[in-house]
Amino acid sequence: MKSFTKILTAALIGTTFLVAPVLAAKVPAGTNLAADQTFTYRVLDEHSSVDPQIVEDVSGSEIVRDIFEGLLNQDALGNLIPGVATSWEASNGNLTYTFKLRKEAKWSNGDPVTANDFVYAWQRLADPETASAYAWYMEIMSLENAKEIIAGEKEPSELGVSAPDDYTLVVNLTAPLPYFAAMTTHASTFPSPQKVIEEFGAEWTKPGNIVSNGAYVLTEHVPNERSVRERNPMYWNDAETVITKVTALVINDEDAALIRYLAGELDRTEVPAGQYPRLKKENPNEAISFPRLCSYYYSFNVSDSGPEAFKDERVRQALSYALDRNVVTEQVLKGGQFPAYTFTPGTTANFTVPDVPIGQMTQAERDAKAKDLMEAAGYNKDNPLKFELLYNTSEEHKKVATVAAQMWKQKLGVEATLANQEWKVFLEVRGKQDFDLARGGWCGDYNEASTFLDLMTTPSGYNDGKYSNAELDKLMTDAKTAADPSANYTRVEEIMAEEMPIIPVYHYTGVYMMNESIIGSWPVKNVEQNWYSRDLYKVEK
Amino acid sequence: MFKFILKRLGIAIPTLLILIVFSFTLMHSAPGGPFTSERPLPPQVLANIEAKYGLDQPFYKQVTNYIVGIVTKGDFGPSFKYKDRTVNDIIAQGFPVTLKYGIWSFIIAVSVGISLGTVAAIKHNSITDYFAVGFSIGAQVLPNFVMAPILVIIFTLWLGWLPGGGWNGGQWQYLIMPVIALSTSYMASIARIMRSSMLEVLNSNYIRTAKAKGLSNRQIIFKHALKPALLPVITYLGPAFVGMITGSVVIDMYFSTGGIGQMFVNSALNRDYSVIMGITILIGVLTIAFNLVVDILYAWIDPKIRY
Amino acid sequence: MVIRSKKIAQMAENLAAHEMGKSHSLWADARRRFFKNKAAVISLIVLTLIVAFAFLAPYFTKWSNEEIDWAILGSVAEDGKPSFARGHFFGADPLGRDLFARVAQGTQISLMVGFVGAFIAVIVGTLYGAIAGYFGGRIDNIMMRIVDILMSIPYMFVLILLLVVFGRSIFMLFVGLGLISWLDMSRIVRGQTMVLKNKEFVEAAIAGGSTKFTIIVRHIIPNLLGIVIVYASLLVPAMILTESFISFLGLGVQEPNTSWGALISEGAGTVLYGTLWQLLFPLAFFVAGLFSFFFIGDGLRDALDPKDR
Repeated sequence: MKSFTKILTAALIGTTFLVAPVLAAKVPAGTNLAADQTFTYRVLDEHSSVDPQIVEDVSGSEIVRDIFEGLLNQDALGNLIPGVATSWEASNGNLTYTFKLRKEAKWSNGDPVTANDFVYAWQRLADPETASAYAWYMEIMSLENAKEIIAGEKEPSELGVSAPDDYTLVVNLTAPLPYFAAMTTHASTFPSPQKVIEEFGAEWTKPGNIVSNGAYVLTEHVPNERSVRERNPMYWNDAETVITKVTALVINDEDAALIRYLAGELDRTEVPAGQYPRLKKENPNEAISFPRLCSYYYSFNVSDSGPEAFKDERVRQALSYALDRNVVTEQVLKGGQFPAYTFTPGTTANFTVPDVPIGQMTQAERDAKAKDLMEAAGYNKDNPLKFELLYNTSEEHKKVATVAAQMWKQKLGVEATLANQEWKVFLEVRGKQDFDLARGGWCGDYNEASTFLDLMTTPSGYNDGKYSNAELDKLMTDAKTAADPSANYTRVEEIMAEEMPIIPVYHYTGVYMMNESIIGSWPVKNVEQNWYSRDLYKVEK
Repeated sequence: MFKFILKRLGIAIPTLLILIVFSFTLMHSAPGGPFTSERPLPPQVLANIEAKYGLDQPFYKQVTNYIVGIVTKGDFGPSFKYKDRTVNDIIAQGFPVTLKYGIWSFIIAVSVGISLGTVAAIKHNSITDYFAVGFSIGAQVLPNFVMAPILVIIFTLWLGWLPGGGWNGGQWQYLIMPVIALSTSYMASIARIMRSSMLEVLNSNYIRTAKAKGLSNRQIIFKHALKPALLPVITYLGPAFVGMITGSVVIDMYFSTGGIGQMFVNSALNRDYSVIMGITILIGVLTIAFNLVVDILYAWIDPKIRY
Repeated sequence: MVIRSKKIAQMAENLAAHEMGKSHSLWADARRRFFKNKAAVISLIVLTLIVAFAFLAPYFTKWSNEEIDWAILGSVAEDGKPSFARGHFFGADPLGRDLFARVAQGTQISLMVGFVGAFIAVIVGTLYGAIAGYFGGRIDNIMMRIVDILMSIPYMFVLILLLVVFGRSIFMLFVGLGLISWLDMSRIVRGQTMVLKNKEFVEAAIAGGSTKFTIIVRHIIPNLLGIVIVYASLLVPAMILTESFISFLGLGVQEPNTSWGALISEGAGTVLYGTLWQLLFPLAFFVAGLFSFFFIGDGLRDALDPKDR
């Protein structure tokens, strides 16, 4: 778990932060708000939980971010803004963090939110009794004794977090993390109400029982159908909250969801692959596409269990060159996705896409080069390269894989067999290097290039192809302490373009049909897509 | 008869045990577990979770604990995926939904199917008959995953009469399309069976005798023909019922009704062991119970049959 | 997905009263009766045409089932319509692949699933039922209790589990489908076997020193042929329907292979996007195919059922 190993933004490196007097992104003066301020959106799957210390999926975190509030929040651009904490201070060489909490923050039952609620929540997260899948988050936050508590060697009460008074939270770390404050926007670190949890046990998250400190409270939950959250009048900033009711509807089938959107039952739904241009033409103000911090790629298995052919750099290059990304993005997916020639998306903060050769050529040149490389590697029509292309079951992955396999077949005479597996099997097989070429997708944990590039280092647990390059490892290690690591990132991408351990295919976009009255307030520039319903509002059409 | 029921119930217990052990084994031998995720969990965290859910114990012990839990406490365990809910919660939520649209579909399939089949048989070789036969053959082979999107496009998108999905506590607007999509093919099958068996009965000697005696058509059909003609339909009810439960997978997926059908498929994909087991056992019990009911019904209608 | 087993059971009773094995006239009689049945004959012709299409169509198109027509890939909704000019007689699928070739290939797979699945079910069911019925007594009792137990298992759910657990493969599909369907068959066969084993020709064979196995294979099973054929003809469409449901769940055959069910479920999903041909062509084959099987099955039953003679 070495995800958060890097400075988030330069602004965070300082020591003391005080609240900016004006809160970010509020309803601009003169906005004509619509009468109806409810927001209904589609989720693919039922959320795992709304318990902050238990939740582990995206749709659950969206709800938790609405009904609970942590120390800090993100604004529409992804910058840190105050939440329950009004200010924070790092001392002792970034080993101690002190948060000052706002006194007006209240739970939905009227109790004040105190530092003890955070202490309780964080201890609860690390406690083996809770058995949270996110317990490791305490460990990567480097809290004192977190590791020992998780291992059952120490008591949860010994965790390096304390409340000297009701509105001061002190955190002691074992490593100087300059970006620690930013980690408190994660749902796992949100406070939880001890009294309620002790009263109701596992039932405490049920509507009626649940007490929360966010802008909304959970008022209805019909598993696999809907969950509804409504305004919490006790929320300290309720006066500036506009949306009154948020409903998440579970709709498995994206085509069915689109029909229901078109029938006016939803304010937001995903656009099925390939349908964006048509919908954009028919509903120009409702179809939107914006960059996400995610990459789609194929990794070569270069470990001992992988095919011999993939140990030859020329074969890997040839396959990468012959894959026409523009066809994938413009003719198959058609959702404004960006063709990828580097692993890190161009929208990543402080990252400039390097001029790697593959990105500079025309497709005809790439194809010609691919043929030469394949020939040089000793593969041709009489001795075709054969391998299996593994992907997890999904309409979209199937399309990309089918198109890729056909390109390789027609251009290089390669015989790629398609193999799809359902998610859990796929993860198991890929994790055990039991594949030739496998699909991968990665979304950045934070807005910095190392969240992607660390994957390619030798010790990374997500380096599925077991690629290893000493220079790359050193560059990434150095980057952690470098004042400006961009040069290292550029070099790493160059090495990858050269050795091609993965085939970057495209960088994701968020492609939605969205009620035009709400688009204006949607944080499209927050590439991590951490959105809060309390920042949204609908304008009169 | 009483002995027969006892015997059947006696078989039910080993059947359920076999079903439990078989599904349990099958599930646990699947690649990937409930806590396999894209970002693998650190070993210590995984160990804590497995300890909490008892997955660290030897396999036989897990099975016996599971069975003991059900028998003594009626407790099917916690869900591994939806961690603030138990399997009992999940089934208590989803099953009434499936049951509601299932029962409506069943009632409609049976009542309309029998009426249609009877009318077609009485008006043998008329326009009505041809229409009924054409409808029943066509509807029988049209998969419900084709019918569902077409219904939604027509009634939601074009006409705007009905909501395109959801459940909303089972209000009638939300019930119509799921029931149509689920019942049509069974309705068609029942109509076909009913028509042919009714024709057979109407051509039999004793009905001819009844006609000769000058009884009215209505009397003949309701008093003499209906009961024997229903026999083949009744044998079909068991399979039809099971088929409708299975069909709920499609209904839940397309109409987002939140029943147990979709829950089952999702749980299988998520390796949510306890939920899969819970639903499998539930469906097993239902299947056994329904087959028994059908057999009793059969014996009641056909006095020739003795068990 | 459901076969009306009671009707066949009734036919079995009627059949048991006769002795079919070597009586050629009976078969000739059945054939004559079958060919008198108009619906059955038309169905047989339609089915023959479908089979011919599945295997001959690839010779009439320049496209294979996996080749992408790059020229229309980005604009299938507009340029992928059925067109002789482009060589896409049935239009193109969402990835610009030729639907004519894909329907042909899907037909092959669906028919194979139907026939192989039915074959497995019939073989297992016949052997199991014949053994139980012939040996009788405690063996019969145990074997039939097992069938009772298996019948109470919600099979579709188990099939979904099987496919999830062992990964999707056509082999697993056959095994799963076959396993679901042999139970009814075994009951019917057992019943008939119990009648047959007391017939003179079996007693003669026993006196002649034949082993039990030989008697079952040589004398009992040939006499079950009529019932087996009828049952199999009804099993085939049931298998195809089940496969289509499995395909809808995304657990069917692997790309680039396809089946009727996979094509229909894909076409049904995109029906909103104005590509109706992607649903209609495969659906037409599916419906025509299933009709044919139903009518042929009915025709065979009527023809082979000695009751009305």
